[in-house]
Amino acid sequence: MELKTPLYDHHVALGGKMVPFAGYSMPIQYSTGIIKEHMAVREAAGIFDVSHMGEAIFEGPDATANVCRFLSNNVTTLKVGEVRYSPILNHEGGFVDDCIIYRMANDRFMLVINASNHEKDMKWFRDNLFGDVELKDRSEDIGEVAIQGPKSTEILARLVSDEDIPHGFFTFKEKVLLAGVEVLISHTGYTGETGYEIYSRREDIVKVWEALLEAGQDLGLIPAGLGARDTLRLEAGMVLYGQEINEEITPQEVGLGFFVKKNKAGGFIGKEALDNLPRPEKIRVGLKVTGRGIVRDNIKVFAGDKEIGHTTSGTHSPYFGYGIAMARIDRKYSKVGTELEAEVRGRRIPVEVVKLPFYKKAD
Amino acid sequence: MKNMNHPEHLFYTKSHEWILFTDDTTAKIGITDFAQDELGDLVFINLPEEGDEVEIDQVFADLESVKAVSDIYGPVNGKISAVNEILMDEPELINSDPYGAWFIEVSDITEKMNFLSAAEYIQFCEEEKELGH
Repeated sequence: MELKTPLYDHHVALGGKMVPFAGYSMPIQYSTGIIKEHMAVREAAGIFDVSHMGEAIFEGPDATANVCRFLSNNVTTLKVGEVRYSPILNHEGGFVDDCIIYRMANDRFMLVINASNHEKDMKWFRDNLFGDVELKDRSEDIGEVAIQGPKSTEILARLVSDEDIPHGFFTFKEKVLLAGVEVLISHTGYTGETGYEIYSRREDIVKVWEALLEAGQDLGLIPAGLGARDTLRLEAGMVLYGQEINEEITPQEVGLGFFVKKNKAGGFIGKEALDNLPRPEKIRVGLKVTGRGIVRDNIKVFAGDKEIGHTTSGTHSPYFGYGIAMARIDRKYSKVGTELEAEVRGRRIPVEVVKLPFYKKAD
Repeated sequence: MKNMNHPEHLFYTKSHEWILFTDDTTAKIGITDFAQDELGDLVFINLPEEGDEVEIDQVFADLESVKAVSDIYGPVNGKISAVNEILMDEPELINSDPYGAWFIEVSDITEKMNFLSAAEYIQFCEEEKELGH
C-alpha cells in the first residue's frame, strides 16, 4: 500500500500529479509545471512537502559515540543547535545512505535520512548499535516541509520572530511556535538556494504548510513538487542516493572526500576500507550538453570511440535552458573543458565537462 | 479528470496523436491536450525532414519534457510535405496550444489506422487515468 503524507489532499487539490516515491504517493509537479516551480525557487520561493523523509533519534550517554561511528563526518565538533551533512558508510567504504545530523542536546541527535533507505538504515543502525543508547524511528510521527528561495527568510519572518529564525547556514531553532504549532526550523535545503526545512508533529504539518503558503503568496511563493526538487538539486550539483551514490560507491569517487574525517578520534565504520583503497579511477563530473537534446541518467559517455563511463543523473536545466548531467567517468577525461559525447537513443550528442556545481547562488 | 479540450473535428489515436484532414489524402498531425498535460513542460523536439516517409506505428519524432522522452508514432502511411520547424525553437507551444502546434503535414496518404473519435478518445483517456492510479 502507498503511504500518504498529511498533505496528500492538498496536493491533489492543487493539481498535483501524484506518483509513487519511496512507498509514498507524492506530487511530481503541480498544475504550474516543473519549469515554473523550479524558477519560483530560484527567483522567489517554493514550498515542498518532504514529510516522506526518515528521522532517526539517537539518545543517551553513548549517543555521541554511536553517531560518531556511523558517520564519516565529525560529530564531536558539532554544537547543540547545529546541523551537518554526512555520508553513512558500510564496512567497504560505500554509502549505506547520506544524511543530515542535528545535535539537539549533548546526548541527543536527529538523523534525517532518505525515505528510500529508511528501513535499511534503521536495520543498519539497530544491528550496529552499542553501549547505552536508545534509537527511535520517528519517521511516521514527524512531518516536514521545505521553503526554499531568496524570499524564504522574508516569508518566514512574517510568521515567527527574528530570534526564532536560524540565521546561520546549517543551524536550527527548536520549539518555535509557527501558526500555533511547535516546530523545528533549520537553515538547510536541497536546492542550492537559501531556505529552511521545518519539522513538526506529523498531524501539525498541514497548518505549517497552509500558514507559509498564505504568508508568501504575494511574494511569489508556490508549491513545488519532486520534479523541481530533482532539477534544483542537480543544478546545485548535489548527489542523490540511488543515482550518484550507492553501497558500491565511496565518497572519494563522488567528490565528497571533505565529509570523510579520516583522522577523527575513534574512527568510523568504513574507515579501514577507505584507508586501503587506491585513488579512484572513476570520478564524478558535471556535463553540459552542447548539442541538441537531453542526456538523462544511465547514458553511456564516450571519448571518441572509447566508452569512459555513464551518466548518473541528467535533465533539462530550467535555469540555464540546456541539458546538464552528472557522470561517473575515467579520471583522465575529467578536466574541465574536455569534449565528450553521450549516446542517447542511438545518437551521439556532444557534451563538455564543466565545473560542479552548475549553479551557485550569488552571495 | 481536469477539463481537457478535445475538438470534435479531429481524429485521435491510442498513442495520443491527433489528425486533422485537410483533404482525403493530406493531414496534419500533432499530440493531444491530454498528452501534453501528461508529459509536462516540453523542452525539445526532434522532427523528421520534409520528404521523409511516415508509416503507421513507426516513430517519426521524439519529444523531450523535463521529466522524460516520448516517441511520437505515425497514424498514417504517407510522405511528409511540411514540418512545423517553429517547434524546434519553441516546443512550449505544444503545451500552450496543442491543437495549433502541428508537428508534420503528410500528403499522398495511402493508408490510415483505425482512428478514435473525440468521444471515444476521451473515454480512452479516462480509462488510462484510472489504470494509472
